Amino acid sequence: MGFYTEPAFFLLLVPIVAIAAVLGLREKPMARFGCAASIVMLLLLFGRSLASLAFFVGYLAYSFVLARYVAVLFEKERPGAVARYRVALALQIAPLAVYKVGVAVEPDFLGFIGISYITFKTIQVLIETRDGLIKNMGAFEYLYFLVFFPSFTSGPILRSRKFVEDMNARRTRDEYLALLYRGAGWFILGAVYKFVGASLAEWAMWFLPSVIGTATVGTAIAANIVYALGYTFYLFFDFAGYSHMAVGLGFALGIEVPRNFRAPFLAIDIKDFWNRWHITLSTWLRDFVFMRFTSAAFAHKWFESPVTAACIGFFINFTLMGIWHGITFDYLVYGMYHGFLLASCEFIQRKWGFYKKHKRERWFRICTWAVTMVAVIFGLALFSGQVFHNPL
Amino acid sequence: MNDLDQRIIDLIIDITEEPEIGDYRDDDLFEEEVLDSLGAIELLVSIKEEFGVSIAPTELERSEMNTVNKIIARVQERL
Repeated sequence: MGFYTEPAFFLLLVPIVAIAAVLGLREKPMARFGCAASIVMLLLLFGRSLASLAFFVGYLAYSFVLARYVAVLFEKERPGAVARYRVALALQIAPLAVYKVGVAVEPDFLGFIGISYITFKTIQVLIETRDGLIKNMGAFEYLYFLVFFPSFTSGPILRSRKFVEDMNARRTRDEYLALLYRGAGWFILGAVYKFVGASLAEWAMWFLPSVIGTATVGTAIAANIVYALGYTFYLFFDFAGYSHMAVGLGFALGIEVPRNFRAPFLAIDIKDFWNRWHITLSTWLRDFVFMRFTSAAFAHKWFESPVTAACIGFFINFTLMGIWHGITFDYLVYGMYHGFLLASCEFIQRKWGFYKKHKRERWFRICTWAVTMVAVIFGLALFSGQVFHNPL
Repeated sequence: MNDLDQRIIDLIIDITEEPEIGDYRDDDLFEEEVLDSLGAIELLVSIKEEFGVSIAPTELERSEMNTVNKIIARVQERL
């Protein structure tokens, strides 16, 4: 059963949300129910693929052992703890790395749906345990955090400390009711985005170019621009729609799933764009890759200037983002392209006097908005494969 | 103003290149665009070097360290 695509999924949400609502309105804890419902939904997700299910269950046990191991390492400052932690971290990244390489070589390579997203959750728990921020996460809390079904397949990426706080929160009837209303709003908006917006955009992105035709150079260029625009809107409505539904469903279960999209087409520079588009991915990478890299670079004085460190940090960060989507030429170029854009943006904003002088002026913001939109749409044309494998 | 406050203010001046910052101890440094996310990382690194106090990148919300006084308080809590 596919999540957020098949009618069966939506039908099953009816009893799940109804039971959650009864528990919430009676001010009863709902974590055990949410966890049980998630497990049932995941069994249906993996459906007939026993191999995937076995891999997934093995992955849970493996991650649990690693999390316990790192927790014990830092309970008392043991000598050599940091080196062992690094090994544990590498072991936690390994299943995803092996899977991504495996799939690049052999498309039928064994994996499970959601492996890319669950890895963000397991890695951050190890890192935050090492930072001393996670002290004693219980087995049940960790299990529910990993299996929580609304955001299992494609995010938004949850943070464990916030999740545990939410799952153990005791809300009054009115507080829960307010959350449920907001959740219903998100869910309806998301459904409209996905089933109306994305469907229309998908239709337009094929239909309009076919009307324009590709007979001459001029029409071929026009058809490609229309296709790229159509794809941009399609992807936005599809992914933001899915994400909003996941947020709404999470609220009904008492978990404040973070927002993933915030009007990305109003971004006035590329940094601003990544604070609005797939927000939980970009902020996760910012916190656990970019900031770690730049901190280390400053602490060990790897570079003369902080701007150089930031530019290289952006490039590494976004190249990794590209590869995370899959080890293919298109995704690699997509990631490096955004790394280059972010690094350039950082450089311009810090070093270019003209920018500093005019950045608050209206005409200048309109110009940077337009440049940003062109850069974003071209980036998505790389992402969709349009640039290197002409679909028209 | 005690010695610790002055040392932290000196660190912030070094990073932000705003020598007057000590006079505006409750102003939002991010809103005033004196500090950005990169500056914040530099600040965390120099706090660790100067005081041996380590604050992880995800430990604090921006709203918990967006003024000079809040930064001083966060360091004091950890000394």
